[in-house]
Amino acid sequence: MVPDATPMSYYGQPILKPPTWKWPIAAYLFTGGLAAGTSLVGAAARLHGDRRLAGAASAATMSAIGVSAGFLIEDLGRRSRFHHMLRVVKITSPMSVGTWIFSIFSSLAGASAVAEIGEKVGVPARVARPVTAVGQVGSALVGPALATYTAVLLADTAVPAWHEARRDLPWVFAGSATASGGAMGILLSTLAPLDPSDGFASGPRRMAVVGAALEVGADEAMHRRLRAVATGDTDKPDIGAAYTSGSPRVLAGAARAASVTGAATVALAGRRDRPRTRLLAAAGALLVLAGAALERFAIFHAGKASTTDPVYTVGPQRLRLVPPARRP
Amino acid sequence: MTIIDRGSDGTDLTLQGIGTPRYDREQRVGFFTDTSICIGCKACEVACKEWNDVPADGLNFLARSYDNTGHLSADTWRHVAFVEQPTTDPESARSGVRWLMSSDVCKHCTSAACLEVCPTGALFRTEFETVVVQQDICNGCGYCVSACPFGVIDQRKGDGRVWKCTLCYDRLRGGQTPACAQACPTQSIQFGPLEQLRERAAARIEALHDQGVDDAQLYGDDPGDGVGGFGAFFLLLDKPEVYGLPPDPVSTTRDLRTMFNAATAAAFGLLGIAAATLLGQRRG
Ligand code: SF4
Ligand code: SF4
Repeated sequence: MVPDATPMSYYGQPILKPPTWKWPIAAYLFTGGLAAGTSLVGAAARLHGDRRLAGAASAATMSAIGVSAGFLIEDLGRRSRFHHMLRVVKITSPMSVGTWIFSIFSSLAGASAVAEIGEKVGVPARVARPVTAVGQVGSALVGPALATYTAVLLADTAVPAWHEARRDLPWVFAGSATASGGAMGILLSTLAPLDPSDGFASGPRRMAVVGAALEVGADEAMHRRLRAVATGDTDKPDIGAAYTSGSPRVLAGAARAASVTGAATVALAGRRDRPRTRLLAAAGALLVLAGAALERFAIFHAGKASTTDPVYTVGPQRLRLVPPARRP
Repeated sequence: MTIIDRGSDGTDLTLQGIGTPRYDREQRVGFFTDTSICIGCKACEVACKEWNDVPADGLNFLARSYDNTGHLSADTWRHVAFVEQPTTDPESARSGVRWLMSSDVCKHCTSAACLEVCPTGALFRTEFETVVVQQDICNGCGYCVSACPFGVIDQRKGDGRVWKCTLCYDRLRGGQTPACAQACPTQSIQFGPLEQLRERAAARIEALHDQGVDDAQLYGDDPGDGVGGFGAFFLLLDKPEVYGLPPDPVSTTRDLRTMFNAATAAAFGLLGIAAATLLGQRRG
């Protein structure tokens, strides 16, 4: 006997194709945000005159952006054709816009890093320093775009758990990048301790705490919005259910826990960078970073899950056509 | 080559879906798939594979009626769905089953999300207003796969690039009918200028409703729908989701402005927070 086709779909098959993107893309969401956040710490340190932290942040930014480029190319079906991304500038394609943001960001950050190395190997300071400073501050001004375009990248798809979160995702990603940048700033100043009397030390700590608060707050707003998109199904009554089962549930829970405890730990360590509290702040920073990374993976996998069950595609569309009140 | 599209009495046979429809390069062409006369022979699947040299997609036993193809994919550009519905209709009294068969294909959307999000320009709109992938450009980024609201386009394993129906672009350039429509023995798949197909579909649905087939509905014929109307639209005998089609597809790029605005606001928010927290406390 042939099983009945359920009214929701053709033999329960998904309507959509699951994203072809694999873990490197989720990882890139994190490393790209980290690069953006760290560039801001570096630029602020440069403006503040703390050349040691500025240099360390520049190196960290370059590492994060380099790893990001690796992740992006790794995920392509035809890696040798990665440069085809640069054939066009296409405003309707967030990936095209993002490619250009990424290119401008990495060029500026790269120029700054090269000039800084140049100064060490004998390029006159009057030539090298302006390039270092302009590149670093310039990349920091592009950084926020690098941190948030990825939200549009995910939202501009047919993937229900991403598209329906389109208003909140940019804020989640902005919070996540801010938290990551602050946390990286804490770790860098732990490795190369600042002068405790210098007020700047409090900057990355505050940035990490405020960033984590924004990340968690925007994440909560996003879950609420997804819960408001009904599917008409009893098991999975709304799109928010994509987050409350399977691996997204575990990842989202862990992300929330890590971000909250991390931020609390950093706050507990106090605002001043003192030897006594330095390790505590560093531990908090590591948790904040873990929270940001887990959050990206949670969103990534919730999106994938929302494509594999036709309920998330058909349900809201059917309710849109025939609102519940009008149903027999 | 002479194209014979008039009957001996001078009637325009193309309006009946017979013969090679006349079209020119300025005209938008497409498919009208009338599932009410599909007999499930899969000639379209075979013709498509043959003409376009589409690789095999495995020998599967899916236990889904007579469908072992499953769904459209990188290696399946026409897919015939089989639905067996229990019925009390006296005409089907012996089997107790009503058969729904439908040959699915890329919709060649007016607002094609796949094309709009493609970052390399590999996906483009042809002179026939169809949507085609340029295989020498595609780098397999996969964006189009997530953007298509119908789950049509997909990445081919081992190849890395994405593939889907081209509406036989090569045949169109040669003035021919796409392979599937050419092979369809019942004219369930009709090819021609889209305007003409829409008129024909409107007449057909009216005739079916007159015959009392109340569930018959056109799917994708309305330029006012979420994707601006399909270039390849359908006549269905039940709700779209029964055939594995989304009931109210919307091109994701319709919300692009909302998304970019939200991202811009968030970017400035990020910059503001960073400035306030990092530069807020300047002390000597
Ligand atoms: S059905 Fe999908 S693949 Fe075909 S044109 Fe529309 S969006 Fe593109
Ligand atoms: S996979 Fe190919 S066709 Fe699809 S969006 Fe990427 S480059 Fe364009």
